[in-house]
Amino acid sequence: MKQEKGKEKRKILVCAGTGCLSTGALSLIQELNQEIEAQGLTEQVTVVPTGCHGFCEQGPTLIFEPEQTLYVQVKKQDISEIIDKEFKQDLRIERLLYQDPLTGKKTETFANTNFFVKQERIVLQNCGFIDPENIEDYLARDGYKGLMTALKQKSPDEVIEEVKKSGLRGRGGAGFPTGLKWSFCRQTHADKKYVICNADEGDPGAFMDRGVLEGDPHSVIEGMLIGAYGIGSDEGYIYCRAEYPLAIKHLKKAIKDAEEAGFLGENILGSGFNFKLYIRAGAGAFVCGEETALMASIEGKRGMPRARPPFPAQKGLWDKPTNINNVETWSSVPHILRRGAQWYTQYGTEKSKGTKIFALTGKVNNTGLVEVPMGITLREIIFDIGGGIQDNKKYKAVQIGGPSGGCLPESLLDLAVDYESLTSVGAMVGSGGLVVMDETTCMVDIARFFVNFSQKESCGKCTPCREGNKRMFEILDRITQGKGQLEDLEKLEKLARVIKDSSLCGLGQNAPNPVLASLKYFRDEFLSHILDNQCPAGVCTAFLSYHIDNELCKKCGLCVKNCPVNAISGDKHTPYSIDLETCIKCGICVEKCKFAAVVRSGKE
Amino acid sequence: MEWLTLTIDGKEVSVPKGITVLEACRQHNIRIPTLCHDPSLTNTAACRLCVVEIEGIRNLPASCVTIATQGMVIRTGSDRVKEARKTILELLVANHPLDCMTCQKMGNCSLAQYAYEYGVSGDVFQGDKRELPLDDSNPFIIRDSSKCILCGKCVRACQEEQVNGVLDFFARGFQTQVGPAFNSKLAESECVFCGSCVAVCPVGALTERQMAGKGRPWEITKVQTTCPYCGTGCNFDLNVREGKVIGVTSNSDAPVNGRMLCVKGRFGFDLIHNPERLTTPLIKKKGKFVEASWDEALDLVADKFTEIVQVHGPDTLAALSSAHCTNEENYLMQKFMRAVIGTNNVDHCART
Amino acid sequence: MSCSCLELVDPKEVKLDAVLSAYQGKKGVLVPVLQEAQEIYGYLSQEVMEKISRTLRILPAEVYGVATFYSQFRLKPMGKHIIQICLGTACHVRGGAKVLEAIEEKLRIKDGETTSDGRFSLEIVACIGACGLAPVVSIDGDVHGRLIPERVGQILENYV
Repeated sequence: MKQEKGKEKRKILVCAGTGCLSTGALSLIQELNQEIEAQGLTEQVTVVPTGCHGFCEQGPTLIFEPEQTLYVQVKKQDISEIIDKEFKQDLRIERLLYQDPLTGKKTETFANTNFFVKQERIVLQNCGFIDPENIEDYLARDGYKGLMTALKQKSPDEVIEEVKKSGLRGRGGAGFPTGLKWSFCRQTHADKKYVICNADEGDPGAFMDRGVLEGDPHSVIEGMLIGAYGIGSDEGYIYCRAEYPLAIKHLKKAIKDAEEAGFLGENILGSGFNFKLYIRAGAGAFVCGEETALMASIEGKRGMPRARPPFPAQKGLWDKPTNINNVETWSSVPHILRRGAQWYTQYGTEKSKGTKIFALTGKVNNTGLVEVPMGITLREIIFDIGGGIQDNKKYKAVQIGGPSGGCLPESLLDLAVDYESLTSVGAMVGSGGLVVMDETTCMVDIARFFVNFSQKESCGKCTPCREGNKRMFEILDRITQGKGQLEDLEKLEKLARVIKDSSLCGLGQNAPNPVLASLKYFRDEFLSHILDNQCPAGVCTAFLSYHIDNELCKKCGLCVKNCPVNAISGDKHTPYSIDLETCIKCGICVEKCKFAAVVRSGKE
Repeated sequence: MEWLTLTIDGKEVSVPKGITVLEACRQHNIRIPTLCHDPSLTNTAACRLCVVEIEGIRNLPASCVTIATQGMVIRTGSDRVKEARKTILELLVANHPLDCMTCQKMGNCSLAQYAYEYGVSGDVFQGDKRELPLDDSNPFIIRDSSKCILCGKCVRACQEEQVNGVLDFFARGFQTQVGPAFNSKLAESECVFCGSCVAVCPVGALTERQMAGKGRPWEITKVQTTCPYCGTGCNFDLNVREGKVIGVTSNSDAPVNGRMLCVKGRFGFDLIHNPERLTTPLIKKKGKFVEASWDEALDLVADKFTEIVQVHGPDTLAALSSAHCTNEENYLMQKFMRAVIGTNNVDHCART
Repeated sequence: MSCSCLELVDPKEVKLDAVLSAYQGKKGVLVPVLQEAQEIYGYLSQEVMEKISRTLRILPAEVYGVATFYSQFRLKPMGKHIIQICLGTACHVRGGAKVLEAIEEKLRIKDGETTSDGRFSLEIVACIGACGLAPVVSIDGDVHGRLIPERVGQILENYV
């Protein structure tokens, strides 16, 4: 009944993901509701706060249903005009439409944007289109039908078989076949088994899981229910990082609603299957994304990984068989059960089936969340979906896989994105961060950045990771400061080999990847720093120097006024000059000069 | 028992099912360096020094936690393994004070020994070094955290053997340390100074305070003895240098206590050479104690006992025995009181 | 019948007691208890950790070990407003370090420090998942995106 009535109503979907919230989505929602009431349209229009539309760069974004008009970068002042034009006059507001950065053309609907066209949204299909805090919205889009299929039509073994057939592989990094993983846990005999959702998305530059948890929490719960039924577990945990308060809030609401609706609890849907689900907030440790560390953390201990075997499927949480998958993996499961393994295998490549969400960020025009079929090329993601490089700069590299991955150069842009191809070039799918870098990014600095991250996040248990990453960082730091030596590269390579070979867990084993990949594809930049004493990208401040081109200088004095350390002197009669001893290379003079008379060079 | 066949360094060997690769190698006298492994503690596979190459495994697994399986092909001395071990040692040494000359542990330090074997020099990696204050807050243990290599054996000994749990890891990454709660000094913690942590420390991070500067391992003769403090019968080694006991170290082979000792057994030996120690019986004559022979003293006691029993009756005497004594000694004492003196007035300090 | 000692009861301690009794006897609760205790007190003092240790019967060394392992836990009192500057990959690539410099200069504090007037504490964090808006700063949980160093002063003024 309620749905019938709802159909008549038009909807305004307001992205209320973390990105858009920070650019004012909340006040837009308030303003929209007030305006709708003021204009007497409450019967015709509802405002729905949704999860992430994925189009973070353009936020806050609004989508009008059913016609799917997309407005970007909406401001509070636009609201009354929007309501008036959209609902009273049926007119579009040109300036709020999305403009393609490459063609300059305006696009009316979300589905027609280049950002969206090449995507294949399965896991993200609800994100941005439903109110994540309303279970009715989820149900209206076939929610919990996958669970019903599993419970009513399939035995646990058949559920696992279906997932195996789908070819789904773990979306958290290494890509272990999900169905196989489940079957290990199912085969272990025990009085109690656990399933865990790894929502400790700590990879800097990745927010896919955040998008799903905030925008479609029920899909994760449904996936876990199906997995638990297959494995024979009656208790689960979602381990979500505390840095994602909105995700935790939406999950809590979703669990409560699912309990009330009979999807969680005792005798679910009359099947005799019981399942209880708890949330645990992580407390800020990247290493807890590692399975054994994650379980230690749930047990209330220091999140230090332990040696495997025994694998979690034999001895996991509180020594009971445990199955851990990440958010995206769990969230893919309901679709597979509902639409069949056959349907799922149409997406992707032979060995990597289905779709993968990437967080596209960095120096790219359309930052945001994108879901693409496995096997798509990096070029398509960055240039077609991402709209190319910001400010028409030159592409240099894309960092894929975060601290466990690597930076890939232009020559690999046509590489198909799947587990095997990426590993073969020294990167990995990882959790799915894609950080685009342009010519102004220094690859030594980026390698230093990632190793610094890994050494800070090392749990400190095993020697190679604790001591080795620290030394790699120190060597890279010296190179960026102009104190590098040629033999440092050999030392880096030796350390990288040993850390990879002998570290206890995945964090350590993969931490050298960014360094190795950079040394492989961007060795020239390392050599420039060491041999030529210069940073080609002009990033490493140690190599920078500034001087004033007196031909261009108009003696306006702006640089003198703004220099924080009074390093610039000159007046109407004497030429301006920078005292390099005093200069701290902050670059304010370059930004302030209106005549491009302050010249920065990357060589000391 | 089921037996497995493995190939270690090209040689076929058979080992019982269920043991680790490390145990298999050691059973066949193949030397594998370890820092965090201890046969009586849980394995944590933290130091990674025991890595080996196993066919079919991508990385170098730690042999201490890898269970041997039928047909396993193991290489313990390949270049890859050697490079890993040497680099790990270089990394440990890079973060370790190189004051071996004055270190109490010299000659008995596993890190120094392996560094020597693998030809590790101290200047491969430059950078930050852990520099932490010395904890000499108590008379028994010197804790020099700057020398700690974070093998965690002390933590496990404290938790698993002494079941006291005073020590644990804190902070993380390069900043990780071992210590009592709130980074307090041992004297301010719940530590009972059993010294189990000292007994397992492979480097100079935990040493016996009383032994500092008193003798090097090669100057010391170890004399196994039974602890005189109580009737438990713990065994340990007196460390003797030039006829003087300079310390006590526990011995894993001790039948009763293994490596464990209490604070008195491990650290309470200073009485041996105390100038005030009684060496002969003393008899009070004219208000002053005078040295006497044992015969003299025992005769005096026997006379007095007889006199008291005869004049005042046996029940005016009572005997209080001590936990210092063995069961047998305590038995003899009560037998003596009942059968010889004729009283049931017998008690013991451990009875409450 | 009124008892004057009631007035001496510390409301924060009452809250902590409630948290402890809610979790007591359950397994694996140390992390959530520390999180809630920090929520109540703003940081974890030795006293609070000792109380948690006693009540939950977890060794003090273990409580301390856990509290110092996770970056979320703070062992010192914090300022009124907590600034978390993200230096994750996307923010790094888009100039997060310059924003950090601007904050450091403006407030004269570094990572992990608190201003002398107790108004702000500064923390560097790895990623808060708002990469689309890089570089970002989160103040008391509100995310400010697409920052440039020049805007820092103006934003901080909103937090008195």
